Amino acid sequence: MVSARLRELVLLVPVGLLITAGFAAVLLSRTAEINDLSLTYGGIFLGLCVVAHFFIRARLPDADPYLFPLAALLAAFGLVMIYRIDEELARQQAQWFFIGLVFFCATVLVLRDHRSLERLRYTIAAASIVLLFLPRVPGIGGQVNGAYLAINLGPVSFQPAEFAKIGIIIFLASYLAETRDVLVRGRVPRLSLKHFGPLLVIWGAAMLLLVFIRDLGSSLMFFGGFLALLYVATSRLSLIAAGAGMFAAGAFFFARTVGHVQDRVSIWLDPFQPKVVEDEGYQIAQSLFAQADGGLFGTGFGRALLDLPGGGKILPAADTDLIYALIVNEVGLFGATAVLLVCLLFAARGFRVAMLARDGFSKLLAAGLTAVFAMQVFVIVGGVTRVIPLTGVTLPFVSYGGSSIVANMVLLALLLIVSQDARRDTFARRGGVA
Amino acid sequence: MNRAIVHLFLLFTLLFSVLVVFTSRWSVLEAEGLEDNSANRRPLLEQQRIPRGLILARDGTVAADSRRLGTRETRRYVRRYPTDSLFSHSVGYSFIDRGQSGLEQFYNDELVGQGNELATIVDELSGAQEGDNLRTTLDPEAQAVARQALGGRRGSVVALEPDTGRVRAMVSLPDFDPNSIPERFNELNAEASSPLFNRATQARYPPGSTFKAVTAAAALDSGEFTPQSTVSGKNGKPISAVPLQNFEGAEFGQVTLTEALEKSINTAWAEVGERLGDSTMLRYMRRFGFGSEPPIDLPRNQLAASGIYGEDGLLDASDNIDIGRVSIGQERLQVTPLQMAMVASAIANEGTLMAPIFADRTVAPDGRVTQRFRPDRVRRVIRAGAARDLTGMMTQVVDEGSGTAARLRGVRVAGKTGTAERGAGVNQAWFIAFAPADDPKIALAVTVEQASGTGGEVAAPIARRVLESILNARGGGAGPAASGGF
Repeated sequence: MVSARLRELVLLVPVGLLITAGFAAVLLSRTAEINDLSLTYGGIFLGLCVVAHFFIRARLPDADPYLFPLAALLAAFGLVMIYRIDEELARQQAQWFFIGLVFFCATVLVLRDHRSLERLRYTIAAASIVLLFLPRVPGIGGQVNGAYLAINLGPVSFQPAEFAKIGIIIFLASYLAETRDVLVRGRVPRLSLKHFGPLLVIWGAAMLLLVFIRDLGSSLMFFGGFLALLYVATSRLSLIAAGAGMFAAGAFFFARTVGHVQDRVSIWLDPFQPKVVEDEGYQIAQSLFAQADGGLFGTGFGRALLDLPGGGKILPAADTDLIYALIVNEVGLFGATAVLLVCLLFAARGFRVAMLARDGFSKLLAAGLTAVFAMQVFVIVGGVTRVIPLTGVTLPFVSYGGSSIVANMVLLALLLIVSQDARRDTFARRGGVA
Repeated sequence: MNRAIVHLFLLFTLLFSVLVVFTSRWSVLEAEGLEDNSANRRPLLEQQRIPRGLILARDGTVAADSRRLGTRETRRYVRRYPTDSLFSHSVGYSFIDRGQSGLEQFYNDELVGQGNELATIVDELSGAQEGDNLRTTLDPEAQAVARQALGGRRGSVVALEPDTGRVRAMVSLPDFDPNSIPERFNELNAEASSPLFNRATQARYPPGSTFKAVTAAAALDSGEFTPQSTVSGKNGKPISAVPLQNFEGAEFGQVTLTEALEKSINTAWAEVGERLGDSTMLRYMRRFGFGSEPPIDLPRNQLAASGIYGEDGLLDASDNIDIGRVSIGQERLQVTPLQMAMVASAIANEGTLMAPIFADRTVAPDGRVTQRFRPDRVRRVIRAGAARDLTGMMTQVVDEGSGTAARLRGVRVAGKTGTAERGAGVNQAWFIAFAPADDPKIALAVTVEQASGTGGEVAAPIARRVLESILNARGGGAGPAASGGF
């Protein structure tokens, strides 16, 4: 049996090749000649990944070998796409990737045992809620595209929702690990308010998010993660159905009554209404046009129409929210499906970590983090492809954005810590050396 | 809990499948509709990124090419017309914010390289889409001569190869410099002289006596007349119960059809038309192409049908028509210069009408010929014998009749003059002709608006210069010269 770490190392090689080839393709489309720049970029990226690999080898020797290469693959793909949009942006993103790796290592070093998080759950929950509502605080928060998602602290701007999602999952995992017995045993109507109350609080928080942050996407992401955890904890579909029903009812109510939510929904239903298509519907319409331009195989890296003759981009937010549309445009249906497949594989490995975990909290934590990751992919790709209304969340590891990269690196670190814990036990008991 | 985790994973697999389905929907299944969506500016911007193929004249002269602007990422190509206003109406123009016209519009798909599927796939793999070059049959020399001969007067010249339908020259004055379209479009569009309007294919003029060639074709082909048949040329003869005057009130006795054509006697041809009747006359007109837009490779919005126009458009046999006056080019008859060139061409080609065409071939950037445009026979209009008889009669017109100004040294020319009075001393001057009469290489129609003289005085000399230019040029007819210049 090949050791887990060796598999991880070997898997990083195709990642390095992909990013080198990707950069080469973008450069080729610009200058019609290959220079060694792409090799340099690819080499640096591969070097960083190998360093991270040796860190994992030292600190988490038994952790899942696929999660890190999959994340690196998504990051590599994202870097190529961002490089194609703007070289300077790609340089920044590479810096963020580096900082993300530092956070990854720091998390692993600081958090010897993830179960210590359970003790801090109320602090973490409170901090997360505060984080989420910070963008509404005048002076540091601000509205972008009708939603309150970012805060500005001096020169640094960050998206608290990216971090809050991890905190909320830690809290929920810990809370449900403790109360799941009650939830499983009792019939729903007989549940005491003491146990059921916090669930109502979560629902209320999601509704508040919808109204105050004005973002259906993050709201859906949080509530989806919550329902996923609730299901894993209780295996009770009735609870999930009730929760989903409550969310749907709430969302429907606000869609009817709150102006901006209403607008979002009507744009979603018909983005091509005259006037709307040049204004609020512009993003989704351009997203669909870009995808139509891609077809089965796409135009190739760096070859899609993006820059307008008079300056500016035809596809807005191509580096962040709409990056998936650009991916479809340049690598086509096949390439985009591959990206989704990589995300799904990441989710599969994440759920695998959860299944191998030995205690309830670890299981719920891993399952919750994975679910929120998958949910985020669904929310943004679903928005871009008009499955659901378009909202502003990033495509994890792929989109440009420091908060996103750093938060997802922390998420990855937590998953690997849980995995190390679970597999060490497993392998120790089996007496294996793998 | 593990079971629930598996369920959760299956749920996400399902959700991701939905994402793939929707991605397929936009990128493949409904892509075409999205590309055609009016809010989608991509196709226009994309086309700007493709270097359009060249449009070349018969001898390889570049009539349209593309100039690159911007950096590699923001690159776009803008059309340039090195021949300035020489081919303004036939080649047309293509600018993103002004639209397209002429061959630029008609052959847009070929010029941007979307002519055939295979080429598109190859281009996609190689990454660079490039348009095909369009080689036309236009003859820069003949075009220049025709333009010069018109001498700035408003009017038109159309010259066709009778046996192939190839357009050798198409002039419409006033014209415009297509290079100035981006800046001057609105100004040109508003100008009273309508320089953007292609008089050769869109202007409807009264044809005057040139139409007698059509009447003569009907008379001879129907078998009811021969060139020697006699009719009365009496001035003031009642036609549709109204007395008809000959040109300048000239009085004739019994004349042969040959004589009647040579001297362009109105009353004689009106009698022929009346004797043939509405349905015969209209049938022959239809065969020559009247009543429908000509089958030429120009956009339909730049074509007009010739025929008898009532207040609500074209009239037919069911309408009340003064066929005698139609037969001499009067009444409500309106024709385009192209239609009259087609009449001359069909007679010259032994009675067979060929579809007029500008395109000779499209050539890929690598030199591969992607499409050849073969001559397209529209129909037999009259028997070869009738055509030969009519040619003889029309040769008399140039040799001894009203069209002597078109005579050429050493080459017999067949022709017919026309002078439609449009006011006191203001005529629409016409001349249609083909030459050499015994083996026609070129057929043409010339018209001049607001001429003070007759067709024979004003239009025939222009025709002579164009015929001379084309017939004197080497290889004057068989086909475009061998390729070169790509």
